[in-house]
Amino acid sequence: MSTLAARLASAVPDPLRTGAQVQLICLGVALLLKLLGADSFLVAWLYSAVIGSCIWGLIHGGTHLLARLRRVAPDAEGGERWPGWGWMLPVIVVGAFAGYVLGTLIADALTGHRSVLPLARGLADWRAWGGIVAISLAVAVAATWYFYSRSHLASAAAAAAGLQRQAAEAQLRLLQSQLEPHMLFNTLANLRVLIGADPPRAQAMLDRLIAFLRSTLAASRSGEHALADEFQRLADYLALIEVRMGPRLQVRLDLPEDLRAQPVPALLLQPLVENAVQHGLEPQVAGGRIEVGARRDGGMLVLTVRDTGAGMPALAPPPAPGHGFGLTQVRERLAALHGAHAALTLAPAADAEGGTQAEVRLPLQRREDLA
Amino acid sequence: MTAPAARALIAEDEPLLAAALRAELAALWPALEVVATVGDGDSAVAQALAQRPEVCFLDIRMPGSSGLEAARALAEDWPEGLPFPLIVFVTAYDQHALAAFEAQAVDYLVKPLDRPRLAACVERLRARLADRAAPAQLQRTLEQLRGLLGAAGAAAGPSPAAAAGTAAAPRLSVIPAQTGHLVQMVPVAEVLYFEAADKYVRVVTATREHLIRLSLRELLPQLDPAEFWQVHRGTVVRASAVASARREDSGKVTLTLRGRPETLTASRLYAHLFRGL
Repeated sequence: MSTLAARLASAVPDPLRTGAQVQLICLGVALLLKLLGADSFLVAWLYSAVIGSCIWGLIHGGTHLLARLRRVAPDAEGGERWPGWGWMLPVIVVGAFAGYVLGTLIADALTGHRSVLPLARGLADWRAWGGIVAISLAVAVAATWYFYSRSHLASAAAAAAGLQRQAAEAQLRLLQSQLEPHMLFNTLANLRVLIGADPPRAQAMLDRLIAFLRSTLAASRSGEHALADEFQRLADYLALIEVRMGPRLQVRLDLPEDLRAQPVPALLLQPLVENAVQHGLEPQVAGGRIEVGARRDGGMLVLTVRDTGAGMPALAPPPAPGHGFGLTQVRERLAALHGAHAALTLAPAADAEGGTQAEVRLPLQRREDLA
Repeated sequence: MTAPAARALIAEDEPLLAAALRAELAALWPALEVVATVGDGDSAVAQALAQRPEVCFLDIRMPGSSGLEAARALAEDWPEGLPFPLIVFVTAYDQHALAAFEAQAVDYLVKPLDRPRLAACVERLRARLADRAAPAQLQRTLEQLRGLLGAAGAAAGPSPAAAAGTAAAPRLSVIPAQTGHLVQMVPVAEVLYFEAADKYVRVVTATREHLIRLSLRELLPQLDPAEFWQVHRGTVVRASAVASARREDSGKVTLTLRGRPETLTASRLYAHLFRGL
């Protein structure tokens, strides 16, 4: 129900909505005045509506003028410009006072009354007008506060929605990069052949594919898992690639026993392994070897993905789409979790076999934290 | 109406898929003899030139050079006057390549292969072999390759990725060429031509030449295509440095240069760039 109301409300342009709310407040003030002993409710309402509109108009205009003079930018999500309470209070006081005088003059002209105006007959007569100006002022402050916080709530909600959208987009891109269609269709092509030629091997390959798909879909939603699980997922992926590349691919996975339980962001290494295969080994006629390793270095967990493949070109060509994204995504995930305490480096492998080595360093979790 | 005997080459780097294509072809086209099965683009070119098959099945993404690069090399080096093979590209998933294949009416197969599509492809190949006007096939392939190489530099690389964003590649203005411990900075504005030499590219200026460890494939997207023209799979020349172009009987074009004594050869694939007005 409330969502329906919200949807209806949001369909109305903002100034109109604010205007209507101002008129509701004026109606409330008129009722208050009647309760306080005004003779005619209609006359009280007329005065209240005209005065309220004038005050709102002046404060609204004043806010904008002030915001422009002080160069306050509207906030990113399109909320009201807001110069700050320190500047706004004088605007409200002056606006309420001037709006009251202006509104009273207009209402007098409409009704033929002659009201007691502030300062017109000196301050001595303050009892005649002081109360009503105080009401105007109080209502103006309250209304301004109300409109201000509503605008801020709306822009905060819009900002949250924007963040949510960004997160969803990032997740989608992650998923797309992990379910690389070329890899998927080639794997299926191999599977189709094996079904006829070697059913048990086809079944084993299908199991690997299922495990790979399941973990990929889960990982694009979830946070961390144990390093042993990470290695198992990489083993699934590499087993699929091994079927495709045959003897051109050698795989070496090296995970020390005492690091198996270390938590790592799920499928963190996947893009690095994919890069090593796609850009390092697949382009090589002779293929090569991929090694994934883990070790501790002081308080750090060091994960390495090394290939003996094509290596990095001397004059780095622009990172092709897909390639750059994988690395960016690993860096972003590390930064989000560990800030400056984690890093990814990519460098030519140091020994004679050549190729590329990617190294991820992140803080080691202590044993007692894991328990 | 006897089915023409034909010989085929299969270039596919995944052993299982190569064997499967061979088996499917044996079932659908018993008269087709597969004379070579290779796993990379360079071997495909060498074997095709040696065996002269009537049909070549070329996987797009292969180590060494891609299927498209292999087709280009064949079109450039195929002996004049001999019937050019029918080429069928095979790909698992290359959106951009597929669109280009459609546009150029190129024969292609997608992996996983399915029987009806392969059968239709075999029918087309048989029909084309039956009424084969030899010289037309080379011309047709040249037109298609020009279209493919122009429209989709995308499909050329084995890197999947070259697909989308090559247009946005930043241009190179200086080339750091290393000799020993010395790196010489060569302004691109001084370069007359680039020539592929094994794993290197020769960078030739009016006065000097340098070797850089980079493939022409990696270099090309970083050059201004209006300034530098590819005239052969291994040669990229500064257009304004070409002094004259002479068409040879083979369809190739011999280029003389301003500022260099040697001549360059433009292949028949790029000969159309030097058609006089």
